[in-house]
Amino acid sequence: MQAEIIISGFGGQGTLYAGQLMAYAAMDEGKHVTWIPSYGPEMRGGTANCTVVISDDEIGSPTALHPTAVIAMNLPSLDKYEPMIKPGGYLIVNENMVNRAAVRDDIHVLMVPASTIAMEIGNERAANMVLLGALEGNMHLLEEGALEGALEAHTAARLKKFIPMNIEALHRGAEFQAG
Amino acid sequence: MALELIKGNIAIAETALRVGLVSYFGYPITPQTELLEHLSARMPELGRAFVQAESELGAINMVYGAACTGLRTMTSSSSPGVSLMQEGISYISGTELPAVIVDVVRGGPGLGNIAPSQADYTQLVHGGGHGEYHLIVIAPASVQEAVDLTSLAFDLAEKYRMVVCLLLDGSLGQMMEPVELPEFQPLRTTPPAWAIGSPDSKEHVVMTSINIDPPNQEQFNVKMMTRWEEVEKNEVRYKGYYLDDAEYVVIGYGTAGRIALTAMRAAREQGLKIGLLRPISLSPFPTRAVDELADRVKGFLVVEMSNGQMLDDIISIAARRVPVDFYGRMGGMVPYPDEIANAINDLVNGEHDVNADGRAKWLTKMRELVGTGE
Repeated sequence: MQAEIIISGFGGQGTLYAGQLMAYAAMDEGKHVTWIPSYGPEMRGGTANCTVVISDDEIGSPTALHPTAVIAMNLPSLDKYEPMIKPGGYLIVNENMVNRAAVRDDIHVLMVPASTIAMEIGNERAANMVLLGALEGNMHLLEEGALEGALEAHTAARLKKFIPMNIEALHRGAEFQAG
Repeated sequence: MALELIKGNIAIAETALRVGLVSYFGYPITPQTELLEHLSARMPELGRAFVQAESELGAINMVYGAACTGLRTMTSSSSPGVSLMQEGISYISGTELPAVIVDVVRGGPGLGNIAPSQADYTQLVHGGGHGEYHLIVIAPASVQEAVDLTSLAFDLAEKYRMVVCLLLDGSLGQMMEPVELPEFQPLRTTPPAWAIGSPDSKEHVVMTSINIDPPNQEQFNVKMMTRWEEVEKNEVRYKGYYLDDAEYVVIGYGTAGRIALTAMRAAREQGLKIGLLRPISLSPFPTRAVDELADRVKGFLVVEMSNGQMLDDIISIAARRVPVDFYGRMGGMVPYPDEIANAINDLVNGEHDVNADGRAKWLTKMRELVGTGE
C-alpha cells in the first residue's frame, strides 16, 4: 500500500499541521511516512501545501505528480490539484472557500462545508481537522482512531486544551461519505 | 527506542549534539537555517559553544581555529555560503584538521533561489578550493540516513584528520520522516595528542597550512594522497536496488536517487529489468561498483538535480562500454518520478549508441520542455 496526499490552502489555514498529524499517526503505527512542505516565500502568506506519503515499504519520491488524494482548502488549490489526482482517487474540498464544483467524474469528490462546521464546534481554524477527518473517514489509510491517538500523543502541553475540539472536528468530517 | 518525526535540518543538528559537538560556527541561510537555529538554542543549554559569525568567511575560519584543538566542530550553510567557505576548507585540509561541514544545497548559480538542488557536487567532490586535497563527501537520501551519516561524518573526520562534508539538498533539509536518534555520547573535552591544548603535546605546536619549502610541501602532499588511498579503500558506500538481474541501471544520489527508486519500481511493474545504484559516498566515489555494472548491463541512466555533474564521473568510468543517458532538472526544480520513468523508457527503447552524447540529448529535450526564456 502506498498513498500520496497533498494538503493545500492559504498560509495560516493549518495545511502543514494537518499533514504532520497524518504523518505522526502513520509513524505511530509503524508505517513508512514522509512529510514535505513547499517551503518558498508562500510561508509568509499566499498558498502553502505539503505532501504526505504513507507506505508499507521504503518510500522513494516524497512528492507525486498524480497524488492519491488532495485536500483543497481554497480555490487556487482546487484549480491546481484537481486535474492531477490519480483516477479513482479522492478530492476533498472546503466548500466554503470555493465558488465552483469539481469537474472530474473519475475521482471521488467530497464537498465539505468545513469552515461552517468548524465554527459550529467553536473555532474556524479547526476546518483543517474537519477535512482531514473526511479524508480518513473515506480512505481508511490508518487504523481506526489513529489520528485521535496522534493528537493525544504529539500535541504540546500548552495546546492540549484544543484536543477535544479537534477530535470532534475529525469526527464531523468523517460523517461525509463519498457517493 | 521511540521514533521521532523531524526535519532533516534539525535531525542533523540534534545528532551532531548527541555525538559530541563541542563548538558550532555558522551564518544563517535558507534552506539550512533550522540547523543553525536548533543549535543556537541547544548548544548554550548544554554549556557548549555556539557562535553566529559575521559571515561564512568568519564561520569557516572559526572552525579552522576550533579544529586545531581536535575537538568536534562543525559549520553548516547552503551553496553560496559554501562557495565563500572554500578558501577556509582548503586551509583546514592543508593543516590536516578534522571538521564537519554541512551543505544544504539550493538552486543556482549565483544567489539563485532557496529551492532544492544538487549543483554543488562539483565544487565539493572535485574541490572548490585551491590545491590538491580531497574532502570526504557523503550524501544522505532520507532523514534517518542524515542522522546516521552525521554521526559517521565526525568519526571519519577524526579518523583521517580530514574535512567531511554532508551534502544534501534543500528538500531533505525541510522534509520530515520518522527517525531514531543516537543516544547522547560522552563529550570529549581533552584534545588528542597531536592537537593544541593536549596535555600530551609538545610545548610549541604549530598549526598552519603554509609550507614554504616545495620539497617539503610535496612530501606532505604524498602523505595526504597516501591517506586518501586508505579512504578510497575503506570508505566507499552505496546502496543497490535490484542490481542482481538488472539489464539497465539508474544512478542517482540523495533526493534524485530516492525519486529514481519510485521510477524504477514503476518500470519493474512494466516488466523492465531496471536496477538502481544510489551512491552514498560521493567522495570516495563507488567507482568499482559502477565499473562492474558497466561490464554486464546494457545501459546507464544518470539522474541528478543539476546539469550532470556526477554524469561526468559516470561517463569516465563507463568508458564507452554502455550508453550513458542523462536526466536532470536544474535551478531548484525537482523531477517527478514520472519524468524519470520516461527517461528509463527512452534508454530501453533507444539506439544503444555508446558514442551518443547523453547530455546533449537531454539538453535538446530540456529546450523543448522548459525553453531558454529568450
